[in-house]
Amino acid sequence: MAEPTAAEVAIEAVMEKPVERGEPILQVRNLEKYFPLTQGILIKRQIGAVKAVDGVSFDLHQGETLGIVGESGCGKSTLAKVLMNLEPATAGQVLYKGEDIAGVSGRALKAIRRNIQMVFQDPYTSLNPRMTVGDIIGEPFEIHPEVAPKGDRRKAVQDLLDVVGLNPEYINRYPHQFSGGQRQRIGIARGLALKPEIIICDEPVSALDVSVQAQVINLLEQLQNEFNLSYMFIAHDLSIVRHISDRVGVMYLGKLVEIGTDEEIYEHPTHPYTQALLSAVPVPDPEGREGRERIILAGDIPSPANPPSGCRFRTRCFKAQERCAVEEPLLAIPEWFRGQDTPAAHESACHFAEDVDVVGAKGNGANGSDANGDGGETPEA
Amino acid sequence: MGIHATEVTAEHGRGRTADSEDAPLLQVKDLHVEFRTRDGLAKAVNGVNYSVRAGETLAILGESGSGKSVSSQAVMGILDSPPGFVTGGEIVFKDQDLLKLSSEQRRKIRGTQMAMIFQDALSSLNPVHTVGTQLGEMFRVHRGTSKAEAKKKAVELMERVGIPAAKERVNQYPHQFSGGMRQRIMIAMALALEPDLIIADEPTTALDVTVQAQVMELLADLQREYNMGLILITHDLGVVADVADKIAVMYAGRIVETAPVHELYKRPAHPYTRGLLDSIPRLDQKGQELYAIKGLPPNLLRIPSGCAFNPRCPMAQEICRSEVPPLHAVTEADGAPIEGRGSACHFWKETIHG
Repeated sequence: MAEPTAAEVAIEAVMEKPVERGEPILQVRNLEKYFPLTQGILIKRQIGAVKAVDGVSFDLHQGETLGIVGESGCGKSTLAKVLMNLEPATAGQVLYKGEDIAGVSGRALKAIRRNIQMVFQDPYTSLNPRMTVGDIIGEPFEIHPEVAPKGDRRKAVQDLLDVVGLNPEYINRYPHQFSGGQRQRIGIARGLALKPEIIICDEPVSALDVSVQAQVINLLEQLQNEFNLSYMFIAHDLSIVRHISDRVGVMYLGKLVEIGTDEEIYEHPTHPYTQALLSAVPVPDPEGREGRERIILAGDIPSPANPPSGCRFRTRCFKAQERCAVEEPLLAIPEWFRGQDTPAAHESACHFAEDVDVVGAKGNGANGSDANGDGGETPEA
Repeated sequence: MGIHATEVTAEHGRGRTADSEDAPLLQVKDLHVEFRTRDGLAKAVNGVNYSVRAGETLAILGESGSGKSVSSQAVMGILDSPPGFVTGGEIVFKDQDLLKLSSEQRRKIRGTQMAMIFQDALSSLNPVHTVGTQLGEMFRVHRGTSKAEAKKKAVELMERVGIPAAKERVNQYPHQFSGGMRQRIMIAMALALEPDLIIADEPTTALDVTVQAQVMELLADLQREYNMGLILITHDLGVVADVADKIAVMYAGRIVETAPVHELYKRPAHPYTRGLLDSIPRLDQKGQELYAIKGLPPNLLRIPSGCAFNPRCPMAQEICRSEVPPLHAVTEADGAPIEGRGSACHFWKETIHG
């Protein structure tokens, strides 16, 4: 075996380091992932790039759940893959307890994967149909034998089945013998096997029936308390994200456009895209449907291969002005909210950020007439 | 008359004229559908009754395997047979029992008088023909219009459903359109011959929320304009609340609850409906455990005896395991009838009145 490099030693050393609750465990800085577009068959020329993730920065704190919401094509799943090192990052840093883990390989990568695990969206395709449940959940132990010595593995797998609410006697069954919700529990058990610190959940309940979704969400929350996990929870269902998340980031076309605590994002959204997204969500309350003000966006998401200049949302934005086409707004607390003690003072990438309670979330939700009640200060253009 | 119309509008808030004396456009009576599979008999639909009037939106709500799609496929006459068979009941559409018609007669009704919008527009459109050809086909086959005329109509339809640059895009193929645009083409195709009834099977499930809102609004506008009956099949409680007039909740091939939309959300009369509503994350429950219906939806090969929901029901008693509950008419606590409400639960009184 080759001698470990200095970077590998540093990463392995940092693995065991405990992180205080609330301190950042994962810091993402200007992360970029471009997929090249090529032309030609024999001689491939690069003619452009799909900018799936384009300069994303955020912190994930120990013990918290960070929700990431956005529509399809906004880059949220690519972000998860880059964090897991399933796709190499084009540029930027991923600091795990202060050590940069973007683009590591070999020993260091193996060590990191032990601490960062993933739960996938589709429980029908993410489990190998030819392996028994015991083999699927026990496979991580083959790669990291130090976690569970050979003799203990069967017991360890049965314990994991028990933890996720499945009968430990199911260990010799195959995935097709389980329902969707049970399969997702198997996927979660596999993610837990190595006792990770961070679990990245990519749409973990989207493929499940409504009555089963709540069961899986409860399981995830219970496991978080039990094992002190940090979650990155990627989903498009805004009400579920709100329920489970401490903080929420909103993505649009490869960029984070707004990030804040769940209250800041849901009750005081300042970015027009977040406002439109929240107002478009069908609310299971017919009382609200006549009174609620809806912002219906025109058009579709532009191609990430050729994003609009300036602010990427401007082509669909109801507030867009000339400045938006020229100057790209940065993700920061808007100047006019800075230093104020208001929930609107959170990071938002808009030149004209203002606080609008689109869903009337603070009231009883039955009446939308106060939708514009506490409008924040509007900057002068 | 003018005053009367305003009253109706205000009362329903939906701008439709309620002509309750009119016979319903579609009436499904005691419909049974089964699938004869290698593993046994799967009873997908077990005695379903519902009706839709012109201009009305009926939402059929249910999870996968509840029979919501199968029952509407039976109405359209597009059930895969074998393995699926309609084994009983009537489907009365404009005073005609569709199940007694020949397949040729039914084919003439499809498209001209009733049409369907599917969930996945990409796989429902033919990838090797332009959208113009596919839209125009409706006019050529059913109306015998010429090719040139059909194309002109296709452009008009695309403009009607809000597709920009319709004149140029009429010659494009389905893959050149985005998901929302494809769903608009599906809607255009369903509308082409101005049918009286549209069945929309999860029309927005594959779409993003911002696009979902656009498509639902378009559908609601067109329904108002043409005064069509609409059956909306979905699992999304939010979409239902937004557009439906009345709801039928299905579980294991039966309708377990029917209600006007406002009533259902305010006070459900079936434990399954209540469980579904309770499992939606709410603001005041943040940080608490979500309510979850225990267990799993039943296997249609082995539907539990009695009430199919009994193994998952918090209120189940001995009677629930032995007797299938009929759809009881739901009344107020003092016995006053509530229009359009029914619940297939032995304990509906306890469920709704507590």
